[in-house]
Amino acid sequence: MLKKRCISLYVENEVGVLAKISGLFSGKSYNLDSLTVGTTEDSTISRMTICLTSDDQTFEQIKKQLNRSVEVIKVVDFTETQIHMKELMFIKIWDCSKNDKTDIFRIAQVYDLKVIDYDMSSFIIECTKSEEENNSIIKILNKNYPNRIEVVRGGNVAIEALKI
Amino acid sequence: MSITGAELFVKALKEENVDKIFAYPGGNITDILNALYKQNDIELILPRHEQALSHAADGYARSTGKVGVCLVTSGPGATNLVTGIATANFDSVPMVCFTGQVPTHLIGNDAFQEVDIVGITRHICKYAVTVRKRSDLASIIKKAFFIARNGKPGVVLVDIPKDIQMEFGDRHYPESIEIRSYKPNTSVHIGQIKKAVDILKKAKKPVFLIGGGVNIAHANEEMKKLAEKSNVPVITTIMGKGAIPTNHELFVGNIGIHGSFASNSAISEADVLFSIGTRFNDRITGKISEFAKNATIIHVDIDPASISRNIVVDIPIVADAKVSIQAITEKIDRLNTDDWLKQIKEWKEKYPLKMKSEGLTPQKIIETINRKFDNLIVTTDVGQNQLWTTQYIELDENKQLITSGGLGTMGFGFPSAIGAKLGNPDKTVISISGDGGVQMNIQELATAVAYELPVILCIFNNGYLGNVRQLQEFFSKGHYSCVCLKYDRNCDCTVAKNVPKAGCAKKPYSPDFVKLAESYGAKGIRVINEEDIEKAFDEAAKNTKTPTIIEFMIEREEDVLPMVLLGNPLNEMIIEK
Ligand SMILES: Cc1ncc(C[n+]2csc(CCOP(=O)(O)OP(=O)(O)O)c2C)c(N)n1
Ligand SMILES: [Mg+2]
Repeated sequence: MLKKRCISLYVENEVGVLAKISGLFSGKSYNLDSLTVGTTEDSTISRMTICLTSDDQTFEQIKKQLNRSVEVIKVVDFTETQIHMKELMFIKIWDCSKNDKTDIFRIAQVYDLKVIDYDMSSFIIECTKSEEENNSIIKILNKNYPNRIEVVRGGNVAIEALKI
Repeated sequence: MSITGAELFVKALKEENVDKIFAYPGGNITDILNALYKQNDIELILPRHEQALSHAADGYARSTGKVGVCLVTSGPGATNLVTGIATANFDSVPMVCFTGQVPTHLIGNDAFQEVDIVGITRHICKYAVTVRKRSDLASIIKKAFFIARNGKPGVVLVDIPKDIQMEFGDRHYPESIEIRSYKPNTSVHIGQIKKAVDILKKAKKPVFLIGGGVNIAHANEEMKKLAEKSNVPVITTIMGKGAIPTNHELFVGNIGIHGSFASNSAISEADVLFSIGTRFNDRITGKISEFAKNATIIHVDIDPASISRNIVVDIPIVADAKVSIQAITEKIDRLNTDDWLKQIKEWKEKYPLKMKSEGLTPQKIIETINRKFDNLIVTTDVGQNQLWTTQYIELDENKQLITSGGLGTMGFGFPSAIGAKLGNPDKTVISISGDGGVQMNIQELATAVAYELPVILCIFNNGYLGNVRQLQEFFSKGHYSCVCLKYDRNCDCTVAKNVPKAGCAKKPYSPDFVKLAESYGAKGIRVINEEDIEKAFDEAAKNTKTPTIIEFMIEREEDVLPMVLLGNPLNEMIIEK
């Protein structure tokens, strides 16, 4: 069954590991939605959050292929796990009229976005939400300010929730 | 006292018990070569091309069980290794390749002979790494040999910048190493074994399907015991051939698109398919939905990623072949398979492997080899020559087949025979090639002459890239495009038996392999008639210090049969034209 999945991957913090992992996806024609990477509390270990869409069989194979890579320390499947997952997004909006400005502050308030920078006519908004919420925010802003926004997204980062 | 990186390199390889390095020089490995000059424990072998070098190291590794070691310079030396790395890794051969690299401060500068060889090979080897600090050199070499040897064996590439070879530092080489990210499985899950054995015990039509994993694990003796104790017939893949002696009464034959009718039929009718060490590659399964469709499938493999990848497996067992075969043997009893074995025998008798044509056929050549030599390594190139060899060669404890199964690399056969001979001076080493593939590494005749290696190089000369010609015969209405190696580019001017058509000029062979052999200081024999096969091998066997080419002028349009057409189930075979 085709569905969205999420993997948390512990890897050696070495040169070339990102190339190895991303190349594995492209080389084997696995579909990749997002991949983020950063070091952990142990600076010799990096942790990746990988989101992808695949059927069950391909997903099993992807996990095995990751696991057999010499650089991979641990593969954790988050698909059926309670997790916290967020994506950082910045949005710049320009050519704003007086009305636009009032609106943007209101939108920010309603959707819980943070205005982190603004001048006479431009804004930068910071947004840390789920991927889907970020999608809808882009949709709204695109509609209200067509051709006047610039978006940069960080990809999903996930951590296992505390057990209740 | 501190030593240079190059000196540490030599020390490390000695401690890894390396006795031969296949090496080709260049500016960025001169320091290591200089360090190797000052010692006698490790012999340097100089092939004539780095691709051939890697195949020689590969043949050495496959025939001795040791790690094959390559040492080449940066840039073109390194890129020439690429095909050999992919070939060895695909067939799980333990190999460590050292490449020189430009000095660390020049990396990224597009310096002379700089290539990112780690980047190029990352996805065709098991592990690839550049040494960035002199202090890491020892542990990286230790790690390289560990990874190459353990788990599913494979190729490791270590890229060493020139300044690190020259830099003084610690002389310590560790005795062991712990790699937190690489812990191959060495035990076997007894619960799974028990489940598998219970299923096998109830089977009426069981078969063992054995892949290259059993040969790699050197579990042949154990496999024979298991077959005999259980009384279950054994079918092999090309890479698994020889898992039990081919003249054993429980051996059925090879499976696959050019397998035997009996094997393919048995797989198709089996109720339990017990497979060990195979990937279920597309060449062996035929139409996947029809593959072993009546069978409960048990699959033992050291690589979890091979399990349930191409076919869905009922009982997976992740373990080393030898360990699991022993565990199964302990628990299994003799099955009543008499009716089943009788059925298989009938299939065998109905359609035995047999070439129909008269005269000098590959079958007769290979059968002569079977008869005449009993302590033997046969390597093959790729193409029809390979398929015929894998069909007709007889193997036992003293006879080994070496072939490029996964990548199917033309040019592999002859250099791998050189490596095999270097590792097995007391064995007869015969290499079987086509007239096409042999020209991809023919320069190695110089190496064989220089090292006095009496390898017998059989060339099956059909004047065609025969395997592709056969595909065009069956799938492209006989449009022979880009496959003729003879008198003219299209082969329009030739007919069977190497006789040119009327009105066409008879041009000389290109090349004349006999003269070519002589020009290298090797011996050359051309065989045109069936009666001369035996004599040619007698003649070749007399050359104890020189290689011999035997060129066999075979029927030009001979096909490899039987054959399963693309997309058909395994047991629907074309038996004859
Ligand atoms: C390096 C490489 N290039 C191309 C191929 C595709 N290929 C497979 S078999 C074959 C023909 C081989 O011809 P020859 O060596 O004369 O052997 P024959 O089949 O005639 O016995 C070719 C071109 C290959 N396997 N390897
Ligand atoms: Mg040919």
